[in-house]
Amino acid sequence: MNQRSRLAWLVPAVITGTLVPFGVMGWRAAQGRLGANPIATALNQLGMLSLVLLCSCLACTPLRLVSGWTWPARVRRTLGLAAFFAVLAHFLVYLVLDQGFDVAALTQDLAERPFILVGFLALVLMLPLALTSTKRSITALGYPAWSRLHKSVYLVGVLGVVHFYMRVKKDTSLPIAFGALLSLMFVVRFVAAHQKRRARRLRARADLDLT
Amino acid sequence: MSSSPSPPKPSEVTPQPLYTRRREFLEQAGLFVATSAGLGAGLTALSSLGSADPPVKPPERPEAPGKGPWKFERNRRWSSGEPLTSYEAITTYNNFYELSFTKSGPAELGYLLKPRPWTLEVDGEVRPRTLDVDTLIRWFDLEERVYRMRCIEAWSMVIPWLGFPLASLIRRLEPSASAKYVEFTTLLDPVQLPNQESRLLPWPYVEGLRMDEAMHPLTFVAVGLYGSPLLGQNGAPLRLVVPWKYGFKGAKSIVRLRFMRDQPATTWSSVAPDEYGFYANVNPEVDHPRWSQKNERRIGELERRPTLLYNGYAAEVAHLYRGLDLVRNY
Repeated sequence: MNQRSRLAWLVPAVITGTLVPFGVMGWRAAQGRLGANPIATALNQLGMLSLVLLCSCLACTPLRLVSGWTWPARVRRTLGLAAFFAVLAHFLVYLVLDQGFDVAALTQDLAERPFILVGFLALVLMLPLALTSTKRSITALGYPAWSRLHKSVYLVGVLGVVHFYMRVKKDTSLPIAFGALLSLMFVVRFVAAHQKRRARRLRARADLDLT
Repeated sequence: MSSSPSPPKPSEVTPQPLYTRRREFLEQAGLFVATSAGLGAGLTALSSLGSADPPVKPPERPEAPGKGPWKFERNRRWSSGEPLTSYEAITTYNNFYELSFTKSGPAELGYLLKPRPWTLEVDGEVRPRTLDVDTLIRWFDLEERVYRMRCIEAWSMVIPWLGFPLASLIRRLEPSASAKYVEFTTLLDPVQLPNQESRLLPWPYVEGLRMDEAMHPLTFVAVGLYGSPLLGQNGAPLRLVVPWKYGFKGAKSIVRLRFMRDQPATTWSSVAPDEYGFYANVNPEVDHPRWSQKNERRIGELERRPTLLYNGYAAEVAHLYRGLDLVRNY
């Protein structure tokens, strides 16, 4: 039995799992169980969900590099798309439910409040990534170009954490924890890339010595 | 004569490869269910970090200390006729950082605060004394005041407070003429207020008013709401209510009243002076650095409503600030 069919359950399970928090939130909202200020609760919980999903998507490659497992690469796209939908839902709750579709209020917020601008930029940067998440896009763009484009997800992660950091009142422990996690993943990737370059250099030199 | 069952048609026979894959199928189904359930539960739990769900059960109303329920009447002269925010919302959606940084945390931990026995220290530009809270409450005829409460976070409530005007208490304490400000200090006790273990704010929480603000007939000392004593999360047993100012001016669980010559260094205006001023008068024209103060969400309503200058109490209090630059003195 090959690897692919043995892991056939994985992606459907991740899709189902990422849908659960949306379902639970909707159910709680319908039951009036999001508290006295349900819009603020939904906004905060969707924001947190966005960061968690974004970080789990960003963790896939470092996890693969450190552990040698290949399954994280299979769930990366699903997690990234789930993160995009969480960010979109977070933004729509803010625009439609919180601000009552007041576009003037949105533009004023974007102009005057850096944390909203930073969050909005993250959403805008995610759009092309979500749109080119199909296999067909990889072929159409060619893998190197597609891969370069999708590197911007790291910038999205940084923007998300900065947005959160700027938003909290005084207790910055959670945004700092997210920032630390993100930095750790960057370090893993950086070290891995460095080792790869070094190995390639050594191999090239070995080839030279042989000739 | 009995007919034996006809042999199964060839199409009904499970093909051998499928038959042998039954175990594999069950294994995959199990992994699918376990992974999706685990991931779903984990994501749901993580998404409520920092904004936990409210407790399902609304708190019960405590009984008044001493003999029988408190007697009181609503003071219509100083009360709003707007629909009241529910008791459940007022007691489960709170900012009380000494208990928790979340909105629902104070309701879960409020029971840790023991409002009796309780004493109030009075000092500064006054004859110093220590007052028992029930002795103090018996000095006054309790009255109900329905006030709007506007949080600096752009949400608001309408609350039927029970208590007495601060002016009545100050007159009784007879501070000297040199008293220009009053400082209010919240209890410092990490056992009753466990989040004081965190070093986020310099505890204890300190608030203050100018003497003319403190003597204003709207300024109120609440000992209860909805006719019952305050719960821990609402600042039991003594809590300041200044309805034309943002809610954070209303010091909770007060243990000390100090009359001062100079403006007290209040907690929020010391730690984040660009966001929180000493005055903190509700003003739709002066935005918080991170959000607009032009409108607010009344708890229980979906659409935002415009915020009013001095929270709608301009006719009563605007004279206190005549000639003061409200943009600079926010």
